[in-house]
Amino acid sequence: MAMLSLRNLWVEYGDKVVLERISLDITEGSFVSIVGPSGAGKSSLLRVILGQEQPTRGSITLDGTPLPAECGPDRGVVFQRYSVFPHLTVLGNTLLGLEFSASPFTARLFGSQRRAAVGEAEAMLDSVGLADSRNLYPTQMSGGMQQRLAIAQALIKRPRILLLDEPFGALDPGIRADMHTLITRLWREHGLTIIMVTHDIKEAFSLGTRVLTLDNHRHDPHAPHRYGAGVVYDLALRKSAAGVDDGSITIDANHNNGHD
Amino acid sequence: MRWVNRTPGRGAAFLLGALPLAVLALTYIIAAAARHAANPADKILPLPGAMAEAMALLAFQADPLSGEYLFWADTIASVWRLGVGLGIATISTLLVGLVLGSLPPVRATLGPLLTAIAVVPPIALLPILFIVFGLGETAKVALIVVGVTPFMIRDVAGHVGALPREQVIKALTLGANSWGVMLRVALPQAMPRLIQALRLSLGPAWVFLISAEAIAADVGLGYRIFLVRRYLAMDVILPYVAWIAVLAVIIDFTLVFLSRRLFGWAHAAAH
Repeated sequence: MAMLSLRNLWVEYGDKVVLERISLDITEGSFVSIVGPSGAGKSSLLRVILGQEQPTRGSITLDGTPLPAECGPDRGVVFQRYSVFPHLTVLGNTLLGLEFSASPFTARLFGSQRRAAVGEAEAMLDSVGLADSRNLYPTQMSGGMQQRLAIAQALIKRPRILLLDEPFGALDPGIRADMHTLITRLWREHGLTIIMVTHDIKEAFSLGTRVLTLDNHRHDPHAPHRYGAGVVYDLALRKSAAGVDDGSITIDANHNNGHD
Repeated sequence: MRWVNRTPGRGAAFLLGALPLAVLALTYIIAAAARHAANPADKILPLPGAMAEAMALLAFQADPLSGEYLFWADTIASVWRLGVGLGIATISTLLVGLVLGSLPPVRATLGPLLTAIAVVPPIALLPILFIVFGLGETAKVALIVVGVTPFMIRDVAGHVGALPREQVIKALTLGANSWGVMLRVALPQAMPRLIQALRLSLGPAWVFLISAEAIAADVGLGYRIFLVRRYLAMDVILPYVAWIAVLAVIIDFTLVFLSRRLFGWAHAAAH
């Protein structure tokens, strides 16, 4: 059964139709890449799933229940920029999610609760490769390290869905390859469901188990804003959480292929 | 080398900065000496010796009428008024600015009121403050508060409101409620900006303080300056003005130091 269902979703800004008739079922454990030309509503779709924006028509359900109209801890997010808090250290950024839920009034933890949370946060930092940077501030780190931190920060809440909005778009090619390895490993280890918007088609195919292409079905040259984008291609790739056949992921992929 | 590429070293920068001050002092002394050559009783440009004498009288000899050391009594009174005024302004800015910047409904409700208050020249309110609070300390402190708070609130609220939307969204996905966003996201990032707003408000605060003291007071740096003006006592006025400048610089340096010490992350980006 589908974990996330979008039914006949429309997003309009005033007169301008951005997305029309989007109906999707996303199964648990899938890694969905969304590609498409600029302005085709990729980020709008992500914001609607995130709860940051409301669709003008249509419904979204998560595990069968309609999504609340606000962002919440069931959906984690990593943006291209501004994903981490500049006033908190690496450890502070990672702890924040645990602190918010554990104490709604002070939003801080003390004593043994804090020690347990620090342990959990350090384990998470270890798994994204930031174990040695726990006391750095984000401005002291490279863009790649900041995105690693943003991922750790989001994952510590164990979200049902992780939404990535061009997370690697601002990184160097070498760093980007490292991040691809990282996100693939985390996706498998944590059994994540990921929806990623990207400009990079190669990235979309190498990471995703499913690639969605958003573009306009129809075009009226006299009123270009009257038609919105829909899903023009929906490609399921022969990969699953248990086996990845991508060349950029070497050791793990070979190992897992043996179990297919 | 092009001028835009010339960065003076630490020592050179100090010398360059001291040069205009030295030129100013020297120019004054030459002018004062010239005036005294023409008229030994000149009061408009007193010589440094005369200023030192006048100040020694105020600083180290008790006033025969009140038994107080006037210079120190003036300093304590003025700094106290300034401190209380700026303290109240800072605390109200933190509370109102944070709420205003973080919560759109509050901004919609109180924003126009704040703008309306901010455009009124505070000195025009001084008579009202005197009528309401009397001629005592309260009116002087109130003038400082009324004068600087609207600017500070608008600055801090604007800064909080301009924090990237992504940060708020991120906090919500981490399980925060509105209070959590204000406490852990907006408040810490508002603090360095609050100190900056306070630094910028120091100048106006001094203006309001000295205006209030000039009109109705019996002690204070501004009061003394306006009192001795009647006797053309430039030998007191000039050192007092210099002293006010020194106090302002000390306060400013302290605030910068505090900000760097407490909120190092906000200054790290500049390096």
